[in-house]
Amino acid sequence: MVSVEPLVLIVDDETPIRRFLRLSLAGEGYRVIEAGTAAEALEMIAGQRPDVVILDLGLPDRDGLDLTRDVREWSSVPIVVLSAREKENDKVAALEAGADDYLTKPFGTGELMARLRVALRHAALAEVPAGESVFATGELKVDLARRLVFVGGREVRLTPIEYRLLAVLVKHAGKVLTHRQLLHEVWGPEYGDENHYVRVYVAQLRRKLEEDPARPRYLRTEPGVGYRLTVA
Amino acid sequence: MEHRRPDPDELLARVQEVETRKAQGKLKIFFGAAPGVGKTYAMLEAARARRAEGLDVVVGWVETHGRKETEALLEGLEVMPRRQLSYRGTRLADFDLEAALDRRPSLILVDELAHTNAPGSLHTKRFRDVEQLLAAGIDVYTTLNVQHVESLNDVVAQITGVRVHETVPDAALDRANEIELVDLPAEELRKRLAEGKVYFPEQAERAAENFFREGNLIALRELALRRTAERVDAQMQRYRLDHAVRETWPTAERVLVCVGPSPYASRLVRAARRMAARLQAEWMAVYVETPGHAQIADADREQLERTLQLAEQLGGETATLTGSDVAEEVLSYAHRRNVTKLVVGKPTEPRWRTLVHGAFVERIIRGSGEIDVYVITGSGEDEPARTRAAPRAAMRKRKFGYAALVVGGCSLVAAFLADHLALANLIMVYLLGLIVVAALWGRGPAVLASVLSVLAFDFFFVPPRLSFAVADTQYLFTLSVMLAVALVISNLTARVRDQAEAARARERRTAALYAVSRACASAGETYDVVRIAGQRLAEVFESEVAIFLPHRDGRLAAAFAENAPFASDPKETSVAQWVFDHANRAGRGTSTLPGSVALYLPLLVSTGAVGVLGVRPGGDGKPLDSERLHLLEAFASQIALAVERTNLAAEAQAAELQAETESMRSALLASVSHDLRTPLAAIGGASSTLLRAEISLPEASRRELLQSINEEAERLNRFIANLLDMTRLEAGAITVRKEWQPVEEVIGAALGQLDAALAGREVRTHVSDSLPLVPLDTALVVQALANLLENAVKYTPAGSPIEIGARIEKDCVVFEVSDRGAGIATGEEGRVFDKFYRLANGSAQPGAGLGLAICKAIAAAHGGTASAANRPAGGAVFSIRLPLGGTPPELRPEERSG
Repeated sequence: MVSVEPLVLIVDDETPIRRFLRLSLAGEGYRVIEAGTAAEALEMIAGQRPDVVILDLGLPDRDGLDLTRDVREWSSVPIVVLSAREKENDKVAALEAGADDYLTKPFGTGELMARLRVALRHAALAEVPAGESVFATGELKVDLARRLVFVGGREVRLTPIEYRLLAVLVKHAGKVLTHRQLLHEVWGPEYGDENHYVRVYVAQLRRKLEEDPARPRYLRTEPGVGYRLTVA
Repeated sequence: MEHRRPDPDELLARVQEVETRKAQGKLKIFFGAAPGVGKTYAMLEAARARRAEGLDVVVGWVETHGRKETEALLEGLEVMPRRQLSYRGTRLADFDLEAALDRRPSLILVDELAHTNAPGSLHTKRFRDVEQLLAAGIDVYTTLNVQHVESLNDVVAQITGVRVHETVPDAALDRANEIELVDLPAEELRKRLAEGKVYFPEQAERAAENFFREGNLIALRELALRRTAERVDAQMQRYRLDHAVRETWPTAERVLVCVGPSPYASRLVRAARRMAARLQAEWMAVYVETPGHAQIADADREQLERTLQLAEQLGGETATLTGSDVAEEVLSYAHRRNVTKLVVGKPTEPRWRTLVHGAFVERIIRGSGEIDVYVITGSGEDEPARTRAAPRAAMRKRKFGYAALVVGGCSLVAAFLADHLALANLIMVYLLGLIVVAALWGRGPAVLASVLSVLAFDFFFVPPRLSFAVADTQYLFTLSVMLAVALVISNLTARVRDQAEAARARERRTAALYAVSRACASAGETYDVVRIAGQRLAEVFESEVAIFLPHRDGRLAAAFAENAPFASDPKETSVAQWVFDHANRAGRGTSTLPGSVALYLPLLVSTGAVGVLGVRPGGDGKPLDSERLHLLEAFASQIALAVERTNLAAEAQAAELQAETESMRSALLASVSHDLRTPLAAIGGASSTLLRAEISLPEASRRELLQSINEEAERLNRFIANLLDMTRLEAGAITVRKEWQPVEEVIGAALGQLDAALAGREVRTHVSDSLPLVPLDTALVVQALANLLENAVKYTPAGSPIEIGARIEKDCVVFEVSDRGAGIATGEEGRVFDKFYRLANGSAQPGAGLGLAICKAIAAAHGGTASAANRPAGGAVFSIRLPLGGTPPELRPEERSG
C-alpha cells in the first residue's frame, strides 16, 4: 500500500483563513485544495475526492448545513465544520446534519490537527470494518470482541446499557456525539427527547471508569452538545 | 404711596386662563332682549367685515326666519351644508359639528346658542357644540336672547308669563370673550314686528298680543342691559385685579341657599345665583338629608336632583349634609364656610307642623348671628302641585297593617293578664308593642299604633269595658298621658332607627371609599389600581364598571372591564375617548351624548385626564342620583390620583433605567476601547516587529513575540465572547433550555473548560453521589461556573487551592466556588456582579469585568440568584443558587438481560 499524504479540501470564503489553514496544513504534510463557495466545493468533492473537508458554515452562496446534508447523500467523506457560530444548537444541528466534528472560530492549530487526525482515522476504520477489536485510551481498555472493560488492568462490570453506550462512544472515539445520536443508537429511536437517560448513564459510566467523576478524563462533556470519548 | 402688588396666586390663575384662551377660539355673543332686535343681522355684518379683512369665515348655521335683509347678507359668505337626519320619520336639519371641525375655519357663525339639538346629535345642546369648536381653536360668533339665560329664566317667566325651556347656563355666557348688546327700543321693535320684519304676518299678530307686549319688551330690555352691565362690571373688576388697582375690593361675600325636594327650590337657586352675581360672590346650594330622607318619594328625590344639578349648572357649589336637625346643620355649615348671606324659602308647611316642629325659618334667623338671611317666596301659581309618589304606597299600607296587628296582639296579651295586673301595668304591654312597631316600621305606623293602643285600652280595659265611654274622669287624664307618652316613644324610637340606618348607609360608603383608597395606595402598578378600584366600584354601585387608560398614542383602551360588556362596544369606547380628549364628563344622564348606555367620568389630575371611568348603572337602570354621583366623583379622583402616582413611579423608574443605561454605555465604551485596543496593540506590535527584515532577532525572542501574539488573540477572543454572551443574555436572545442532569456533569464540564488555566492548582470538588438530577441549561450553567473558576484563578495567588461544589438547600441547588485569596473588600460583595466592575487591586487583570455579570444574568435567567461573600478563614466564596422546581423524571429500570 502506497502511503499518500491525505488530501484536504478547505471551504471558506475568507482568504486570510484559507491562507493560514493552507500554510499550517501544508506544514503538517497535507495536500491542500481550496474552495470559496458551496458550488465550487461540491464540484471539488465530486471531482477530486478529498480525504477530509474543512467546511465554513457561512458561505456566500449557500448555507454550510445544506451543503453537508447534500454531500451526505452520496459521500461519506469526513467533514469538520469550522464556524463562528458558537451556539450549542448550531453545533448540534451541524453534527446531526452529518458533520463529523465541529470547531468554533477562533481555534488553535493544534486542536484542528487533532480533530483532522480523528476524522481521518474514522474514515479509515469504516473502510476496514473488521479492525482491531480492542480499544485502549489511557488506563481504559475495551475488548469489543469479548465485551470486557478494564481500567488499569482491573475488570469493570457494566450493565448491558452501560456497555452499549460505551461501545457506541468507542466506535466514534474522539468524535462528539450528540445526546440524540446516543439516545437513538443505544436506546432506540422511540426515545425522543429523553436526554436525561444519556446523562444518567454517562454519569454511571463515569463513576465506574473515571478516577474523579467530577473531572472526567475519558468521557468528556461538550456542554449543551453531547459527549466525546477522548483518545490518547 | 405704597405700591401694591397683585396676589401672585390670583395672577397665576389669570395668566393660566389667558394661556388656555390663547389656544382656544374666541367667543363673541350677540346678545339681545327679544327676537327680532337684529342679532343675526349684526352678526352677519360683523362676519362680513372680518371676511373683508381676509379671514376664513364660514357660516355654520344661520336662521334667517325668512327675513330679506338678513338673507341678503348671507350672499358671498361660505355656508356649510346642514346635517340631514331623520327622526321618527321626520326629516330634520341641524348644524353639522363634525363637518365644521373638519373644515377648521378661523371663524364660524353658529346662530342661536340656546338651541336644543336634534336627537341623535353628539351633544344635546348647541352651546356644547360651540364649546367644542372653541376648544378646537375656532373662533365662534353666536346669538342669544336674554330669556334663554338660565339664571334669568324664571324672572322672564314672571314678566312674560311664558316659560322658556331652552336655556343656556350662565357659565356659557360668562366665558364669552366679547358680548355685543344688540339693542332696539321697544317701540321700534313692535314697529318692525308690525311691518312683518320679525315673523310672518299671521305669526306676528299672535306674537304681538302675547310676548311682544310693550311692557314685556321694556322689562326684557332692562334685563338684557343689566346683564350686560353686570358683565362689564366683572370685566372692570378683573382689570383692576390685573393692574393692581385696589381701592374698592369687594368684601368677600358668600351666598348659601337651602334647598329641599320642592319644585319651588329651583326658584331659590336662581335667586341665589343672581344675588351672588351682583355681589361678585361665590355661592353654594345645600340640602340637608335628615334620617327620614330615605323615605322621601322617588319623584321628590328626582326633583331634588334636578335642583342640585341646576345649581351646579349655574356655577354654584352643591353639598348634601346629613343631620337630624336641618336648621342646625345649615347654620353650622354656613358658619364653617364663612357664608355672609343665607337664602331660604318662605315656609309652605301647614301651620300645625310649624307649631310641632318649630318654624325652620325662625330658627335659622335666630341662630344666624352675623349672616344676613333672605327669605324668598317659594310658591307660585304656575308651579305644579307637589304629588306624592304612588309606588311606595303599597309597602306603606302593609306597614300600617302590621302596626294594627301588633296592637291587636297587645290587646290579647293584656286580656290574659288583666285579672292579675293593675290597669296601669297593662299600659306597659301596649308601650312595649309600640316600641316594636316604631323600631321595625318607622314613624307613621308608630303614630297609628299609638292612637290605636289608646283606643283599644280604653275600649277593652277602662271601665265600663267594651265601650269608649269613660266612667271615671281620672281615666281621661290616664288616656291623654298614655297618648302623649306613646307618641314621644314612637317618635324617639323611630328617630333612633332612622339615624342608625342613615349612619349605616354612610358607613358603608365611607368604608368603600376608604377601602378603595387604601387598595389604590398599596397597589404598585397601574394595572392593579384599576383592577382593585374597578371591582370595588362594581360592588358598591352594583353597576357595570369599566376603566379606560390611554395608550402611548392617546387612544383609550379598557384596562378594566370585568363583567362590563359595554366597554367593548366601539360606540361606547368612542364616548370614553371623547371624555378623555375633552376632560369632561359625558354619556348617560349628562348633556353630552346622553344616548350611550354608561356614564363616563374623566379621571382628572392637575395635568389633565389620565383615564376614564365608565359606569353603567345596574338594577333599575336609573341614572345615578347626586349623592351617588358625588361618591362616584370621589372614587374617580381617588383612582385618578392612584393612577397618576403609579404612572409617575413608572416614569421615574424609566428615567432611572435611562440613567443607568447611560452610565452603562459609557462604562461599556471605556471598557471596549481598553480591552479591544490593548490586545490589538500587542498583536500589531509583535507581528510588525517580526516582519521587519532588517533586525535579526534571536530565536528565543521570536518565540516570545509569537507567544504574545497567540495569547493576546486568545484574550481578545474571550473578551468578545463575553461581550456577545452578555448582550444576548440581556436582549433575551438566549432562551434557557432546562434539562434534567447530574450535578457532577456540569461541574466536570466547567472544570474541563479550564484545564489549562487550572494547571498547577489544587482543585477540590465536593459533590455527593446522592444528589438528584437538577433542571439546568447545561451550556449556560457550565459557562457560569467556568466564569467563577476563571475569576478565582485570576484574583488569587498562583498555586492557591480552589474548591468547587454543589449541594441541595431546600428547593434550590447551590453551586459554590471558593478560594483562598484576598477576599472581597467589605461592602463590595453586592457590586462584584455588576457589569464592568473590577476589584480595585485587580485593575491590572485582563478582562472587562463581564464574567461575574454573565454569571448573575445566567442565574437570573434560571430564576435564581448569584451572590458573593468572604469566608471566615480568608478567601471568597461565590454562589449560584438555582431553583429546582418540579420532580426529576423517572428512569425506566434497565432489564437484566442481554
